[in-house]
Amino acid sequence: MNQEYTTLKKTIIAATSWQDKYRHIMLFGKMLPTLPDALKVDSAKVSGCESNVWLYLELNESDNTLVVVADSDTRIVKGIVAIILHCFNGLTPIEAEQIDIASEFTQMDLIKHLSPSRGNGIKAIANEITQFIARYN
Amino acid sequence: MKSPASLRADFPLLNTQFEHAPLVYLDSGATSQKPSCVIEAISRYYSEQNANVHRGIHTLSEQATTAYEATRTQLAKYLSVSSSEIVWTKGATEAINLIAYGLRDTIDSSDTIVISALEHHANIVPWQQLCQKTGAKLIVLPINELGILEIDNAYQIIEQAQPTVLALSHASNALGNIQPIESLIQFSKQFNTITVIDGAQGFLHLQPNLKELDCDYYVLSAHKALGPTGLGALYGKYEALCALPVYQTGGEMIDSVSFEHTTFAAPPAKFEAGTPNISAVIAFKSALEYLESLNHTHIRAYELELFNYLVKSLRAIDGIKIYGDLINNIGTVSFNYKNEHPYDIAHLLDQNGIAVRSGHHCTQPLMAHLNVSGTVRVSLAFYNNHQDIDLFITALKTAISLLD
Repeated sequence: MNQEYTTLKKTIIAATSWQDKYRHIMLFGKMLPTLPDALKVDSAKVSGCESNVWLYLELNESDNTLVVVADSDTRIVKGIVAIILHCFNGLTPIEAEQIDIASEFTQMDLIKHLSPSRGNGIKAIANEITQFIARYN
Repeated sequence: MKSPASLRADFPLLNTQFEHAPLVYLDSGATSQKPSCVIEAISRYYSEQNANVHRGIHTLSEQATTAYEATRTQLAKYLSVSSSEIVWTKGATEAINLIAYGLRDTIDSSDTIVISALEHHANIVPWQQLCQKTGAKLIVLPINELGILEIDNAYQIIEQAQPTVLALSHASNALGNIQPIESLIQFSKQFNTITVIDGAQGFLHLQPNLKELDCDYYVLSAHKALGPTGLGALYGKYEALCALPVYQTGGEMIDSVSFEHTTFAAPPAKFEAGTPNISAVIAFKSALEYLESLNHTHIRAYELELFNYLVKSLRAIDGIKIYGDLINNIGTVSFNYKNEHPYDIAHLLDQNGIAVRSGHHCTQPLMAHLNVSGTVRVSLAFYNNHQDIDLFITALKTAISLLD
């Protein structure tokens, strides 16, 4: 786990109310850079019913680490996406494979975002990352 | 006669606690809640009556068939039509597909089909597919910037196009607008237009009298009108149903079958291939009986009062923009707050136990016209009350304070 992720996770767990939790989530989203429109293309879209999510996955071959870039047009989803990005970015595929994202989300009390019924594409992002990692392991 | 306020007790789910807040259900446009009598009827069918219909000679099958057909009679009575004009389908969507599919061989490139800009995808795509298949032209009746049908324009377009089919929703699912279907149906008569009304939203709130409405087809969805999911009905004038070819073939819809030739049963059996959704049909009778027990004048007045209270409460919040017709409305309000995404609002509302719909509501062309990606939709029914609206407004203010 990288340092940024550990900090984000601690912040979410320490939030005393749901308002507090969502305030932080939306702040994480704000800190995430906005993708240029040229990269917000349909081919990069993760299928989600209500919100748009664009996702790019790469392996930095010089140090064998994951590069995950994503954006969303909704603030909450973007914040959740930021958490996932921080969770996986900079890990080697072998390290990334050890991550149990459902367990991470349970610890942060965000598990319902991973439910397929939410129509937010978070589950689909997690699946795409898992499949990407599997290619290198 | 029960008062509107006391009816809420008949809906068990509305009286349950949802996580840490009381459930505030404001998504009846997606599906209505069910009264106890409907829930009990489903259970009673499986525990006391379960048998297939129109098949066995045995007593249980006879009882199930009688109950199944009794709902058809009940719905026909409710709509002021004949029971041979009611076809069970799996939903309003299937009913529209059934009509559009049936018209494939009688429509060609000289024909036009007119719909409105307010239609649900289910009343766009089947017609679009029919046009692609036959070369017919699809024409869309325009709406103004508020999302209201421009009636004078509509008359002109219909007069010019003399459409083969006019397919309109009774009420808009996204905005709640009640469409001027009475006058448009009457006007289209002079061109021998086949009139199809999508009653998915209108049926519950507007108690259509189809004899007076005089449309050729009216479709509805049971689950949006207190009934079970997986069931819809197609009303068609008997002659229209006789002329319409079969949609699906198989068991139960035949007259006689040999390996060389099959003749089909008369309507409505002709359109009901295979084992139907028996429990849903039987339980839908309880929903209809419940609806019939209501004083519709009171209910409608109550829904309107709630609607006006909701609109007034929303208007008191700076930055809220409401879409649609606020005068002729079934009790559905679509809005946005500043440039915030409807998803964020709906999600934050959900944190307080408030169930609303957000997104394009399966009306992407309408959203494009309103120049939004979607809206937050609050759809009321008679089982809602003022407290629901107050809790919603409080939760909305909390959401806004987090987003600002």
